[in-house]
Amino acid sequence: MLRLARTFAALKERNERAFVPFVTCGDPDLKTTEALALAYLEAGADVLEIGIPFTDPLADGPTIQRASERALRAGTTMDDAFELLARLRQQTDAPLVPMTYINPVWQMGFDEFARRAKEAGADATIISDLPPEEGAPWVTAGRKHELDTIFLLAPTSDQARVDRVAKSASGFVYAVARLGVTGARTDVPLEVGDLVASLKKVCDTPVCAGFGFSQPDQIRRTIEATNVDGIVVASALIDRFEKTEGTPAQRVEAAKSYALELKDATRA
Amino acid sequence: MFNESEARLLAEEEAVSAQLETSSSNGARGHFGEYGGQFVPETLMVALRELEEIYEDARRDETFQSELALLLRDYVGRPTPLYFAERLTEHFGGAKIFLKREDLLHTGAHKINNALGQALLAKRMGKPRLIAETGAGQHGVATATVAARFGFKCDVYMGEEDTRRQELNVFRMQLLGARVIPVTSGSKTLKDATNEAMRDWVTNVRDTHYIIGTVAGPHPFPVMVRDFHAVTGQEARRQVLEQTGALPKACVACIGGGSNAMGLFHPFLNDTEVELWGVEGAGDGLDTPRHAAPLNRGSKGVLHGSLSYVVQDKWGQITETHSISAGLDYPGVGPEHAHLKDTGRAQYVGATDAQALEAVKLLCSLEGILPALESAHALAYLPEIARRFGKDDTIIVNLSGRGDKDVNTLRTAFGL
Repeated sequence: MLRLARTFAALKERNERAFVPFVTCGDPDLKTTEALALAYLEAGADVLEIGIPFTDPLADGPTIQRASERALRAGTTMDDAFELLARLRQQTDAPLVPMTYINPVWQMGFDEFARRAKEAGADATIISDLPPEEGAPWVTAGRKHELDTIFLLAPTSDQARVDRVAKSASGFVYAVARLGVTGARTDVPLEVGDLVASLKKVCDTPVCAGFGFSQPDQIRRTIEATNVDGIVVASALIDRFEKTEGTPAQRVEAAKSYALELKDATRA
Repeated sequence: MFNESEARLLAEEEAVSAQLETSSSNGARGHFGEYGGQFVPETLMVALRELEEIYEDARRDETFQSELALLLRDYVGRPTPLYFAERLTEHFGGAKIFLKREDLLHTGAHKINNALGQALLAKRMGKPRLIAETGAGQHGVATATVAARFGFKCDVYMGEEDTRRQELNVFRMQLLGARVIPVTSGSKTLKDATNEAMRDWVTNVRDTHYIIGTVAGPHPFPVMVRDFHAVTGQEARRQVLEQTGALPKACVACIGGGSNAMGLFHPFLNDTEVELWGVEGAGDGLDTPRHAAPLNRGSKGVLHGSLSYVVQDKWGQITETHSISAGLDYPGVGPEHAHLKDTGRAQYVGATDAQALEAVKLLCSLEGILPALESAHALAYLPEIARRFGKDDTIIVNLSGRGDKDVNTLRTAFGL
């Protein structure tokens, strides 16, 4: 059984939802990203998303844009991302999911990217601007190298698109919880409930919701109101790390204690 | 009575319908060879499908065609003349040089052709708000103009660096009732303005139409924008046959994203004896790091929703470009140009900042026409090409815009 499937099955047994924190690879350097990732895992992260920075992240709001710019300024490359994945894989059995944009993957080639990601220890990949219409060669490469291919759904997706994504996605489906770009908000995105429901009608792939999750109470209420299997938190954690003053270790600690609260919200 | 204005309208209707009715969207996902496609976040996929359907329906609708043709004649000022530049021709001593005078259009550049067409589509979709990205400001002004004309709300994204380079156009957009939003991310130019407009569209897609200003972006934009601009080439082809009795030897146009070039080239694509030359912004030179020439010095990649040529590093990170012309200062290019390059149907070269400035001076002094810095790049290729042909041969240059907006840049560049 693939690692993601195993993780979601175990969560179901415990009647928990997945807490999926996000780190930007190389922000502000690789050592700090590794420390942050390990801190989130210690705080109970069930799956870890690792952003591979791209110069033009057009699905992302200001927080992740800033994180990507810091990482690129530090010279972060795809090789660094594979190295980080490999180091984390030695230290955890949690699923590791790189997330990036199509162009860096396209430059390497779908097959080569899938091969190297798998070899480094990744379990799946999210490509923010690759809809299933353009994703056939990517799905082929993913299946070949046993790397799950996560596709996204949005509040604008109609049933035809839900069906299409259900066919191409494996590991989990990423439900974009609201219109817009990534960034911390406080409201409960009720629209995502309908989206999850229409997906559950056609497949049993788990669904994780992301975009705008920032508070334990908001996560609790979203889980109560919808059938999501997990919650992705990205910008809110980066914000916490950015705004904390002190040594890198103190900043990691602050983000970790926030992650503990967020994980707690995903327990029944 | 068949008066002159009716004849003009009829001609314009013919130019519009010739393009719209025969347009082909190159397969289901708008591919040109391997290029094009729809690489966008999921949120936009349904909006692209809606736009595709509305456009497919509208382009075959005679009422839509007539409305567009009437506005192109009376509001935009079409057809534009195909002007025989006699003194420029004498100067080079080669082929007869004709200028397609898109600089005479309302708002001062070709961009209005597309902005108008897409505004009519937005009206059809019932979306009350328009957004646009702009580099030189000409597409922003064109969008602000049609927004005012049809009563849309309008926000224009413009790189902060460009709001300085093209200050006059910022004021024009504001005067027309649009909000100009300076973009401070990345290189603060057209690429970043496009990112920000995409982010706005992802957020407000239910009530907003994004008028992409060039033949780039996800399908159906490259096809649709080309069709709305191809009125230039449709007119030019008819005019050159009327005025010279023959097809031209070559068509020349500048390339940023490639909209004015695609507009001129497309109706000539099947006339295989006509050479098509696209001139990119070579900045300090094609062999320096400071240029904006993806077709000459870029590689295949995906930027802003389609696969084409892109200026990038080996990791697929988009690198900064430079051109004195804000409208050409862009690391991507429309996917159909990538296809025309690979098939060899069109050739792509570069003109440096210095060559473009020389061309501005030349056109001012010989013809009394101040060209836009963008269009000056096309003129700058004339020394290379004019003498290759005989005195009975013809070259058409797309004079895509006028240079009033560039006077500050020119004053600095010429040290005046």
